Amino acid sequence: MAVEPLEFPPPVKPAEEFITGITDPEEERIEVGVAIVGGGPAGLACAIKLMQLLENEPELTEKLGEVPVAVVEKGKTTGAHLLSGANMKPSAMRELFPDLDPSDWPVYQEVTKDAVYFLTSKVAVPLKPMPPNFRNHGNYVTSIAKLGRFLGEKAEEAGVYILSETAADKLLVEDRIVRGVRSGDKGRGKEGEELSNFEPGSDLVAKATVLAEGTLGHLTGAALDYFDLGGPDPQRWELGVKEVWEVGKPLDRVIHTLGWPLRWRPKYKEAGGSFIYPMGEDKVAIGLVVGLDTSDATFSTHDALQQLKTHPFVKKILEGGKRVGWGAKTIPSGGYWSMPKRLSSPGMVITGDAAGMVNVPTLKGIHYAMHSGMYAAEAIVESLKQDSVNFENYERKVKDSLIEKDLWQSRNMRQPLSRGLIFGGVMGSLMVATKGAFPGGHWKNEPDAEVPVDIDGAAKKYPKPDNKYIFDKLNSVFLSGNATRDDAPNHIRIQEKVPRELAQTWVSMCPAQVYEIPDEQLESGSETVDVQVTPSNCVQCGAITAKGGRLTLPEGGDGPLYQDL
Amino acid sequence: MKICVLVKEVPDAAVDKRIDPETKRLDRSGEKNLNPFDTHALEAAMQVKEGGSDVEEIVAVTMGPESAVRALHKAVALGADRSVHLSDDALAGSDVCATGYALARVLEAESPDLVLLGQQSDDGECYTIGAVVADHLKMPSLTQVIKMDVADAKLTCERQAEYGYDTVEVELPAVISVGDAINEPRYPSLKAIMGAKKKPLDTKAIGDVGIEADRVGEGGSRTAVLELKPPPEKEAGEIIEDEDTNETVEKIVAWLDERKLI
Amino acid sequence: MAGILVYALHDDEGNFNKNSLGALSEAAKLAGELGTEAAAVVVGDVADDAAAGLGKYGVGKVYRCKEAPEGLAQPIVDVMAKVISDNDFDYALFGGGLLGFEIGAGLTARLNAGVTMEVTQVNVQDGKLVAERPILQDSQIADVGYVDKPGIIIGRLNAFDANEGDGTAEVEDVQVELSEWSTKARMVTRGEQRGADVNIEDANVLVGGGRGLGKKENFELAEQLAESMGGAVAATRAVVDAGWYPYAAQIGQTGKTVAPNLYLALGISGAIQHKVGMQNSENILAINKDQNAPIFEFSDLGVVGDLHKIVPKLTEAIKAKKGG
Repeated sequence: MAVEPLEFPPPVKPAEEFITGITDPEEERIEVGVAIVGGGPAGLACAIKLMQLLENEPELTEKLGEVPVAVVEKGKTTGAHLLSGANMKPSAMRELFPDLDPSDWPVYQEVTKDAVYFLTSKVAVPLKPMPPNFRNHGNYVTSIAKLGRFLGEKAEEAGVYILSETAADKLLVEDRIVRGVRSGDKGRGKEGEELSNFEPGSDLVAKATVLAEGTLGHLTGAALDYFDLGGPDPQRWELGVKEVWEVGKPLDRVIHTLGWPLRWRPKYKEAGGSFIYPMGEDKVAIGLVVGLDTSDATFSTHDALQQLKTHPFVKKILEGGKRVGWGAKTIPSGGYWSMPKRLSSPGMVITGDAAGMVNVPTLKGIHYAMHSGMYAAEAIVESLKQDSVNFENYERKVKDSLIEKDLWQSRNMRQPLSRGLIFGGVMGSLMVATKGAFPGGHWKNEPDAEVPVDIDGAAKKYPKPDNKYIFDKLNSVFLSGNATRDDAPNHIRIQEKVPRELAQTWVSMCPAQVYEIPDEQLESGSETVDVQVTPSNCVQCGAITAKGGRLTLPEGGDGPLYQDL
Repeated sequence: MKICVLVKEVPDAAVDKRIDPETKRLDRSGEKNLNPFDTHALEAAMQVKEGGSDVEEIVAVTMGPESAVRALHKAVALGADRSVHLSDDALAGSDVCATGYALARVLEAESPDLVLLGQQSDDGECYTIGAVVADHLKMPSLTQVIKMDVADAKLTCERQAEYGYDTVEVELPAVISVGDAINEPRYPSLKAIMGAKKKPLDTKAIGDVGIEADRVGEGGSRTAVLELKPPPEKEAGEIIEDEDTNETVEKIVAWLDERKLI
Repeated sequence: MAGILVYALHDDEGNFNKNSLGALSEAAKLAGELGTEAAAVVVGDVADDAAAGLGKYGVGKVYRCKEAPEGLAQPIVDVMAKVISDNDFDYALFGGGLLGFEIGAGLTARLNAGVTMEVTQVNVQDGKLVAERPILQDSQIADVGYVDKPGIIIGRLNAFDANEGDGTAEVEDVQVELSEWSTKARMVTRGEQRGADVNIEDANVLVGGGRGLGKKENFELAEQLAESMGGAVAATRAVVDAGWYPYAAQIGQTGKTVAPNLYLALGISGAIQHKVGMQNSENILAINKDQNAPIFEFSDLGVVGDLHKIVPKLTEAIKAKKGG
């Protein structure tokens, strides 16, 4: 019996819970000039650009005080929670670091050869001519986790304060002006009780706040609600699960695949594909990206990735190798129509993935994030110089930029894919060929949680883990570097008694085995089941937010420690 | 009372640790963090201070390359008043003997009343530096301490040894290595983290504290790693399917007997 | 006289520590290969025949310092430093245990000597001793040599086996002036047992309970089995999370790490988060009804079956074997 996840909304009211006024007494508050939430490409590019601009603005620098720019990062270090393919377009790096050469960048190699294959269970058919949206010549294979560390170092060298292991838990708003953020508490137990080493969060008061939280968008979600900034369509997401392998023979090309193991029938809605990228001479990244609007409750992206590895084409690339990394993260895929209708509000701007600036058909988002961060920096400096916290100038810069142009062109490309690969593929090619003119109009993005889920047969095809080539979820979570303490409070909001189809959806969807159905209930076949949550497994991918739950922030420092994902 | 806390920067627990096959030393290029055991030592120092003893200052001391500064920042965010960084190329490759000697020299220059450290580090797995340092400093020492009370220039410590729990009284000045069961370290406040970089940090080279070059580094070490090899292959285990439980139990008992486990 | 000097620890009743006895036997064996002698050093009130009796483990001589107190490291550092210097010993060897670590470390400083700890094996190479020790959570073994003498070797717990033979040792009393700081620590109570609070890290036999036990009450099966073997009970994170057993017994990535002689895994799947906490157990016996459980990949003996049927009978059989 099909169930719609949307009918079981999570017990959370973001605008009420995560927006607050300043509560710390004046001596306890921490004052900074600009507070940037998120140490990813958007946030760090913004921070670095700000320091570059401030070099020529002595008056403003003084006004901003002792700590002109602070970046709040919930991971152990910048980059710890970042995961992507990725083939980065170099434009943003060139602009931010005009004195650096690509050989100084934390990248693996320039893309000189790429190919797209259509897989059936037995063969890999090269698609010629190659669908143009996959062409990556001139781009650089990059590890975003490494990029995060690189940008973090550059930011610190420039004088930015990076507050890692710190979660920006609440947005400080007074008189509808954003005044900074409040950091999360530390030292709470399983039931939220204060442990012996409890340390409350602090109010970080800033003249300007930049939300660069990425796909999870914790404060962004609350702000969109509170200030009514939401775009025409709701956001939707893809889930990517990725592995890094040490291999014997170097891979000579960037590869994308379509087709198997994803099922083409429209009813399954398994839209997506895989990527296999060379990382220098001795490593390969392999990942599978699938929309979270799938309808089979037993569909598991992690296991589908394991299944992909059994294909002879993939085996040839990975054979004899050793898995050295694993991770998972969502990608906001609503594109143009799902972007917020406004990207700023007094005192605040929204950048990067948090604003949905991702071009899913071309799989690009890193350079957009960095460009948006730099626009934000420019706008903030311009406005603060005039003692204004109105950042509409930021929105104008984005609207006039390639971000707006590219996303407009692919504005209707993702949606048709939910009607099946063939239909979606055809529509997609038409859009690219006509540079976005056809099909025109506004194809609505449906929320992933509106798609009814039911138990079907995806899981039957998944290979059994041997933990040498095919890995189970727990083994993989371990490899992500996740060592969150066991008595941490539960940061996941879901209804805990739901129909079995929905519970099964969560169990299968989650790449980190956070959700489980008790054995007795599975065996007895009850219609309504309890959902057991093991929050310490969570790698904070964000998938649950797409499918009827909500990820809130765990304690700062928790979660994975991605090295070169 | 002046308390010195010895801290160390070690590879983060989540990082895959590997040895550089050429230098035969730990590859320290990945993520690094303050040795978790040292946070217990810092907490112990803070508890002495907050417990009423007259502590003038808590000094974090480390021996390590440039990047070790981060461990000192963390230590200061956790409560140390200032830090001392012993850093010198001549120290690279020092073994336990050389390291203990070098640390003792830099501590001597501080004249501490109490030296605290974590009982082991995630990378060296040595469990002994405290005792080495204590002998050089000519101070009494205890390791694996899980309870420590201070009163009138004397410590009353508890630690678990071969035969059970020992309660030992130690006169100050002393060197105490603490176990992780001794306390629950606090989290640093955001203010403390941000203020850490402003606290005084002295960098010292070996000449500044009278360390003789020929007693440290690879040349001054008294042990040498000759070879690295993989651990012995574990024989594949046996698997029994239980059909007749009585028979299975007999087989298990026989197996246990054979290996002298009962 | 060159050779190997071994510290022999004893309790207040004069019983020698099993790890020290193992070290004596090991030293005797190595000395034989090197063509030198092995000797022991004891402190405190050790009776003549008890000291001489150490000869059974292969040492020819026992140095005794009655005045130095047993149980604290630094006085023993003074004693051993003197004995080593006066008699030109090449190596000092310690069996596993806290005091061995502390004394060995003190000697390192005192004699400017190389030290290797957690040693699992000692080999003779070109007339010298080379110590093998595991590193990086037992993922590799390092062979460590000594640049000069003396070399200090501190064994891992249970690394050396005691071999009892015939023989008596010559007992020589030594006078040692204790260093000033060696008198600054005073033992108030030694070796207090704290009853039920058994530290699972010290247990020789551990029975681990996992989700396969089914429910909280079934931990009794684990407890009874542990009791029959004189061991302790440990638990996986999953059951501790579920409230079936206390956190102090948790083994794994975020719990304790153990390496007992025998680990009996009941209803434990063997996920890596648990495996890293107990994979160094000498002998691993696993009982699980799922033949695909990962634990069977690294257990020494795996039993695929219903633990609720097997464990009670196993407990009975062990009791019978021990009692009868």
